[in-house]
Amino acid sequence: MDERLFSDLSYQQFLDENKLMGSRCRACGSLSAPPRPICVDCHKSEMEWVQLSGSGRLSAYTCIAIGPPFMIEEGYDRKNPYCVGVVELDEGVRVDARIEGVNARQPETIQVGMPLHVRFLPLGEGEDARTCLAFEPAAAKA
Amino acid sequence: MIKQKQRQLARNVAVVGAGMSKFGMFRDKDSKDLFADAYLNMLASVDKGVDPTDIDALYFGNFTNDFFVHQAHWGPILSDLIGLVPKPVTRIEGACASSALAFREGVLAIASGLCDIVLVGGLEEMSKLSTEKVTEGLSLAGLPYESEVGFTFPGIFGAIATAYFAKYGATREHLMNVTIKSHANARLNPNAQYNLSIRDIMNAKIEKAGMQGRPLSSWSDEMEFLRDPAVNPMVAWPMHLFDCSPISDGASCMLLVAEALAGQFTDTPIYVAGIGQGSGRGLHACDDLTSFEATRYAAKGAYEMAGLEPDDVQFAEVHDCFSVAEILHMEDLGFFRPGEGFRAAADGLTRLDGPKPINTSGGLKCKGHPVGATGIAQLFEVWMQLRGLAGERQIPNKNVRVGLAHNLGGTGGTCSVTLLERR
Repeated sequence: MDERLFSDLSYQQFLDENKLMGSRCRACGSLSAPPRPICVDCHKSEMEWVQLSGSGRLSAYTCIAIGPPFMIEEGYDRKNPYCVGVVELDEGVRVDARIEGVNARQPETIQVGMPLHVRFLPLGEGEDARTCLAFEPAAAKA
Repeated sequence: MIKQKQRQLARNVAVVGAGMSKFGMFRDKDSKDLFADAYLNMLASVDKGVDPTDIDALYFGNFTNDFFVHQAHWGPILSDLIGLVPKPVTRIEGACASSALAFREGVLAIASGLCDIVLVGGLEEMSKLSTEKVTEGLSLAGLPYESEVGFTFPGIFGAIATAYFAKYGATREHLMNVTIKSHANARLNPNAQYNLSIRDIMNAKIEKAGMQGRPLSSWSDEMEFLRDPAVNPMVAWPMHLFDCSPISDGASCMLLVAEALAGQFTDTPIYVAGIGQGSGRGLHACDDLTSFEATRYAAKGAYEMAGLEPDDVQFAEVHDCFSVAEILHMEDLGFFRPGEGFRAAADGLTRLDGPKPINTSGGLKCKGHPVGATGIAQLFEVWMQLRGLAGERQIPNKNVRVGLAHNLGGTGGTCSVTLLERR
């Protein structure tokens, strides 16, 4: 069994291993992603890790023209916006993620409710390397 | 679980003075200058005057001047500025809701009996950095899961808008009604950063193009102007420039006193009828992407303390950091049913002359949003309306007695709702 803390750091470590992981409360069954050390439904602290399927639907999205400095460094700007969104996973929990494989220049073409599948997006190099949680249209995966 | 008692103040609190600096982007004024403006305007507003040496304490809100101007520990800077040393000063941080929380702390200090006369305020100085850096600074108020994938605040509210559109069938066009109304109100507010109507802005652009010999743009109406990406570019879909509150500098201030002392300062005290505060969970873990739990909880607390219902509220300042936010807040505060806020805006119900005027000041969108100053600036507007001092933007044909201020921080992470009342 994995002994990692139910923490943001562990969530990121798992992403770096191309795994989307959540925590489940052993007492009441409540599922959380990112993981939690304390259950906000029953207030117990008996958690276990659950690997999530990575399938879900788009709950909300935006295409951003003015991003923070690290997105500008990736080449995104007013002429080249990027899409981020909130994805509801099949297991019923929501996560924040980059949305890849959609046309962020034409936001009207992106649909709330569209089926998505996880994609682990490697960013940066060397010491700055990290994996960003992303999703893409489920059709693109097939 | 222990049964919760009904929340009441141990003694009532009155607002007897209020002031704000002009909001805007100021090259020649810093935080101290702006706070001095707000403080001096507050002193001048106290009908029978106040001896500054009688003030017991200062509570003020500031989000992150640490980031914006690289200076922390503003408490003693402000207490020294206004001659309050060695009395206590406390900074409160609740992102964009910082100063409404400071107001609450001031109320509690008096209600507890510890203090009789308390100064509360807020300030933020944002304009010294680039737009990109300010955007990064504001993102500090979001959750790490949001900022790490590239969400910005316009992006967070853009995403909320797409969820609202999908759920209720609203469109970008509906949000334009909010923008047009905010500008119309701000036109009548001399403290506002943008005191121009959309029509004024259209005409100015046409005139400028003419003077420079460029081809004249023509827009048939305000909606067509707002649909034009050349003048209203996308910031974070579906939020465009005119959906977003600006980068602002400013300060705000209020004087609170125990009810028994109010008559020494004014014959028209405005009473704190109810206060409520709530917290929330951000986009990924909230119970509904089109509603803020923190607002619903804060509103419930304020209404219960005051013994008032949403229909008793005659007008309100709500936290319209983005156009869509105004719609959500009106629903969360119970003014309109879920999914009906956008129709209310389109039908003109929230205009200055409508049945439920919202953001008579021009709101954050046009009055400006120096984040830590906003909460008390909202209360300043409610106070002015309740005292009949709002000038050209005074709500017409109504003797207003009950007003509400709603201040939100982060991704709905912090919310304060305050009810003020003229008895």
